[in-house]
Amino acid sequence: MSAIILLLFASISVAALFLGAFLWSVKSGQYDDEASPPIRMLFDNKPGSTENKISK
Amino acid sequence: MQVEKFYYDNKIVKAFSYAAVLFGIVGMLAGLLVAIQFYYPAATFNFAPTTFGRIRPLHTNAVIFAFVGNYMFAGVYYSLQRLCKARLWSDKLSWIHFWGWQAIIAAAAITLLLGYTTGKEYAELEWPIDIAITLVWVVFGINMFGTILTRRESHLYVAIWFYIATWVTVAMLHIVNSFEMPVSLFKSYSWYAGVQDALVQWWYGHNAVAFFLTTPILGIMYYFLPKAANRPVYSYRLSIIHFWALIFLYIWAGPHHLLYTALPDWAQSLGSVFSVMLIFPSWGGMLNGLFTLRGAWDKVREEPVLKFFVVAVTCYGMSTLEGPLLSIKSINAISHFTDWTIAHVHIGAMGWNGFMAFGLFYFLVPKMWNTNLYSKKLATNHFWLGTIGIVIYAIPMYWAGFTQAQMWKTFTEEGTLKFQFLETVTHIIPMYVTRSIGGLLYLVGVFMMVYNLGKTITQGSFTANEAAEAAPLPKNATHHREYWHRWIERKPLAMLVFSLVLVAIGGILELVPTFLVKSNIPTISSVKPYTPLELHGRDIYIREGCYTCHSQMVRPFRDEVARYGEYSKAGEFVYDHPFQWGSKRTGPDLAREGVGRNKKSDAWHYNHMMDPRLMSPGSIMPPYPWLLDDPIDTASTGAKIRALQAMGVPYPEGFDQKANKDLMLQATSIRLGLKGEKIETPADREIIALIAYLQRLGKDITAAPRQTTAMK
Repeated sequence: MSAIILLLFASISVAALFLGAFLWSVKSGQYDDEASPPIRMLFDNKPGSTENKISK
Repeated sequence: MQVEKFYYDNKIVKAFSYAAVLFGIVGMLAGLLVAIQFYYPAATFNFAPTTFGRIRPLHTNAVIFAFVGNYMFAGVYYSLQRLCKARLWSDKLSWIHFWGWQAIIAAAAITLLLGYTTGKEYAELEWPIDIAITLVWVVFGINMFGTILTRRESHLYVAIWFYIATWVTVAMLHIVNSFEMPVSLFKSYSWYAGVQDALVQWWYGHNAVAFFLTTPILGIMYYFLPKAANRPVYSYRLSIIHFWALIFLYIWAGPHHLLYTALPDWAQSLGSVFSVMLIFPSWGGMLNGLFTLRGAWDKVREEPVLKFFVVAVTCYGMSTLEGPLLSIKSINAISHFTDWTIAHVHIGAMGWNGFMAFGLFYFLVPKMWNTNLYSKKLATNHFWLGTIGIVIYAIPMYWAGFTQAQMWKTFTEEGTLKFQFLETVTHIIPMYVTRSIGGLLYLVGVFMMVYNLGKTITQGSFTANEAAEAAPLPKNATHHREYWHRWIERKPLAMLVFSLVLVAIGGILELVPTFLVKSNIPTISSVKPYTPLELHGRDIYIREGCYTCHSQMVRPFRDEVARYGEYSKAGEFVYDHPFQWGSKRTGPDLAREGVGRNKKSDAWHYNHMMDPRLMSPGSIMPPYPWLLDDPIDTASTGAKIRALQAMGVPYPEGFDQKANKDLMLQATSIRLGLKGEKIETPADREIIALIAYLQRLGKDITAAPRQTTAMK
């Protein structure tokens, strides 16, 4: 069955592509700011609160 | 920068939450009814709309699309506004979305009870409703992307990615799986036939679990769990990996629903491999959710919202461990077609989806009504009752599934099957009784929640428009270090396209070869299209939901071949629009019903449909007395033949005009046969068509055993 070879080839290359993209993004500092977004979402931005000014 | 003042729309969240609770109760009541029908067949009331085959699709559609659908929209709309720091893009679209979805639910409930169904599990709704779903889904999408585009927060929080992936993928799945050829306003035939229909259907079916019951709820988890615990998610990086890995892997897993069937082996293996890989992102997500509570477990002791979330996330982990295990062929060989599957999905549905919903409601109502929960104690009692309910539901079902599978496979020392099929059913009836008690406890918990939330609502005051402030996004902001992921995060449309491409690669690679490579579907020269009478019989079979209890797929195992006959071949199903392989054997397989040792007389079928317990004492099948009275809808015969011809079923030219003559000829011969057995019936009754169909099952392949391949 030749289709399975095609499928394996395609799926492994796509998987490899994403693994590469992931490694690259980690090495290049893509996720440097992974600290502030999860904290900022905890604020509710009620009128008059100071947290509204620090949002980027 | 000048801050802007704006208002979050809480009213739409309230509307979706109310609808979710209402339809949750309806769906669970329907579930309780079908659970009781397993050991008390009289609970079908001898009334067509309340038979198992119609209430079961109502139950699944109600809990998935009405209950989870509505609370998903409530959770998405609440969190999306706050994460984007913007009101929903259009109030008008929000309300079109709301009322459109409720209208679809109402139409679904009515049509399913009347027996209008495509016969494809979790996609039973007929084509006009399919179109309405598409339109409402587009409205939801416009409203969501409009909100994202007008946001005041440049970073797209991980929850939003899950919502986007949900929207894109569900749209694609729904459209591809709903290709159907209309026959009349509420009747259509699936565009695909047999093996291909099965592959498309379970590609859809599994991804409905993935992208309707999982990804949006994960988005809700990533927003509401940190909010309820008031601490950031354990690892934001892990959430990013969780997202990308999950959407990439999920789309491939569908064929694990078709292991050991007539689906080509390579597609089965592909489905297995990707299903097993899914453990990693799923468990990453589960641990991320649970670890968010590290150092805050004291809050879980006090806070019912967190209690529900903890059990929900744990159940997510258990289902996503079990799912891959069930996708291993040797385990699937035991579990498939048994109640094991039912136990598995209810851990997901009651544990993950249900408990996420309850946690969400207990969080949202006090927030939006500016008060505290009326009674934490009552909510805690709800939690324990629900948890115990899940356990009492699941354990008997695991037990029943394993027991029945072992009984099916047991041979005597002489080498014959030890148990009749019916013995394996009556043996597990105590488990069915226990399961319904578990479901009842769970439902009682929901009523406790309704009371508790009702009291909370009366003591609070609702804020329809909640004020908020944030600075607008800077125009044309320049970034020194521009990375692809950052770029995508700020460009929802690019993100949409990217996700679609990613998901489509998976789908296309799996689907295209089966369509194009003809060698995957060997044709068998003796397999012929159904006669008009058999076709009507088949449509009655679909209408009554026979496929919810009977499979038509003999797997290549010694016990199945001994019990049912020759194992099923792909080429046998080329004229099956839709396929009717089924997914559960509450009753025996029917793929070889018309041949061999399982063949029964026409009179047997007649009496059996009138009252199954006449012919097989102890059977739990409901009676279908109306089939004996209702006439066959011969007015539609021509349209049915033309619809099938349009999809390539080789009826001769002009056959639609002659079909009814052919139908009456065959019906009369069955009538005369029954007369010989002292059963007087007119020839044009539905029972005659159904008998013709059941007697046809499995017949073609025995006519000529030689199998040829269409390729070359």
